[in-house]
Amino acid sequence: MLSDAEWQAILISLKVAGSAVGWILVPGVAVAWLMARHDFRGKALLDGLLHLPLVLPPVVVGYLLLLSLGRRGWLGQWLDGTFGITLPFTWQGAAVAGGVMAFPLLVRAVRLSLEAVDVKLEAAASTLGANRWRVFFTITLPLAFPGLITGAVLAFARALSEFGATITFASNIPGETRTLPLALYTLIQTPGQEAAAARLCALSIAIAMASLLASEWLARQARRRLKERDG
Amino acid sequence: MTDEPANALHIDVRKRQGDFDLAATLSVPARGVTALFGASGSGKTSLLRLIAGLDLPDEGAITLGDETLTDTARGVTVPPHRRRLGVVFQEARLFPHYRVRGNLAYGMRPAARGRFDSLVEMLGIGHLLERFPATLSGGEARRVAIGRALLSEPRVLLMDEPLTGLDGARKQELLNYIARLARDIDIPIVYVSHDPDELTAIADHLVLLDAGRVIAHGALDSMLARFELTAHLGGFDAVSLLGATLECHEPQYALSHLRLDDGQRLTVPALDAAPGERRRLRVPVRDVALALATPQGTSYRNHLTATIEGVADPVPGAASVELRLRVGSQFLRARLTRKSFDELGLREGMTVVALIRSVAFAAS
Repeated sequence: MLSDAEWQAILISLKVAGSAVGWILVPGVAVAWLMARHDFRGKALLDGLLHLPLVLPPVVVGYLLLLSLGRRGWLGQWLDGTFGITLPFTWQGAAVAGGVMAFPLLVRAVRLSLEAVDVKLEAAASTLGANRWRVFFTITLPLAFPGLITGAVLAFARALSEFGATITFASNIPGETRTLPLALYTLIQTPGQEAAAARLCALSIAIAMASLLASEWLARQARRRLKERDG
Repeated sequence: MTDEPANALHIDVRKRQGDFDLAATLSVPARGVTALFGASGSGKTSLLRLIAGLDLPDEGAITLGDETLTDTARGVTVPPHRRRLGVVFQEARLFPHYRVRGNLAYGMRPAARGRFDSLVEMLGIGHLLERFPATLSGGEARRVAIGRALLSEPRVLLMDEPLTGLDGARKQELLNYIARLARDIDIPIVYVSHDPDELTAIADHLVLLDAGRVIAHGALDSMLARFELTAHLGGFDAVSLLGATLECHEPQYALSHLRLDDGQRLTVPALDAAPGERRRLRVPVRDVALALATPQGTSYRNHLTATIEGVADPVPGAASVELRLRVGSQFLRARLTRKSFDELGLREGMTVVALIRSVAFAAS
């Protein structure tokens, strides 16, 4: 039903988007917790920086990634020299680009749900002998879990649809960094490929719909579990 | 005090919050129930939060036995989770995602595991163990919260108005639980309240707060004997306390007979206590009448020989006058009309008979 190239694009897309969510999950929750529970100097500045990928042209983000993580970038040189890791023009690089673009969405959703958790419950847990970590993992995180799911699905969808930063930082290499949007873009650039482009277009819609439905289902499950507890 | 009891709290703190300025120096004895009492806004809950470590004082120190919990001068602060003080909050604060059993076990120390079943039974929450908190009634949730705090083996139990929001019957029921608890456990309880009824039902010591200051503190019965505190401690509904030992019940009339320390007897509506047990009786000040001699043919069942120890300075234009009597080693307050007071020729030092109707007693 699907051609090899189409399968390849789907698998790369899922791999890239999955890895993107994977690597931003822990830092995203940590930053969200910091923003939700603490006041510190420069909080507004950090908040602005966090939202930058949402408002910058993705090409700019990709270019900045290339400058810092590229082979001659300060961070890229260090990664290459210390661990032998090269990010530009690899699928891992595409995952980094997707993750950076998705980061604000994850932080936003998790932060909102953390802010909704009653700090009085956290205080009660601390009087029962629970240290910060235990309070976080037994009270805060479980109560914020529906928001975490929403954030992760949003981030996944964002990484899946990433185009500008990916093509700038990781290029458009078949079998390596050619995700669905990049494959579609390539077909549109090629005369006589309208039918193939339409197929990819339909495929993109199907995957987007599937992830939306999955997110809706997960959120419903989480809500139902909380509702059962509300009798 | 040279021999410092392990669980006595000493508090000397200042804290400003907006317009509110709390400056309190007080001690909480290592035994019994100490009430932090005052109107809302008097600083009693702020004080409780400082003790628990949920807030930090601007300056001052809090010590428990010989352990420093907070000392701003030395820069010492023990975080709440290492203070081992159990807190029962006003709104119970049960964790919504844990069942009752999980809530109880949350802070349970290994040493308390053996007490789980007996405590659950005492609090009457055995049938709730598999339920989630949102399905509990207000009274049930408070009882679970009390059990949860006790299973963490606290060195002091802090209770912040634990009866708030409960209706009359539930309130009385939980108050009885807490009173029994206070008799059964051997850790001090700090009980925040603004309700004189709760206070006289369970407190042994009283810290009276007003606008962020301690205006009086001491043993509850001696505080109740002070005329100038009446306005704070119930006013029109003020009571005095009489401690007595149960002698026997009279089931056919639903009465109980008790003996005061000086041998005088009291008859009150049936109490839930066994012979030999001590109970505290609350006597409303306005329900005590005085006579010069024991009257005959009266429905007053209780005639106590008492000495007038003090008379409050009469308030000009007031219909009533407040008296403090001594019955054995205890105080009893009476409120009479000024006219009766004058007609009987009462004065300090006189021996009188205090008449109390049995049905006037509120037991706890």
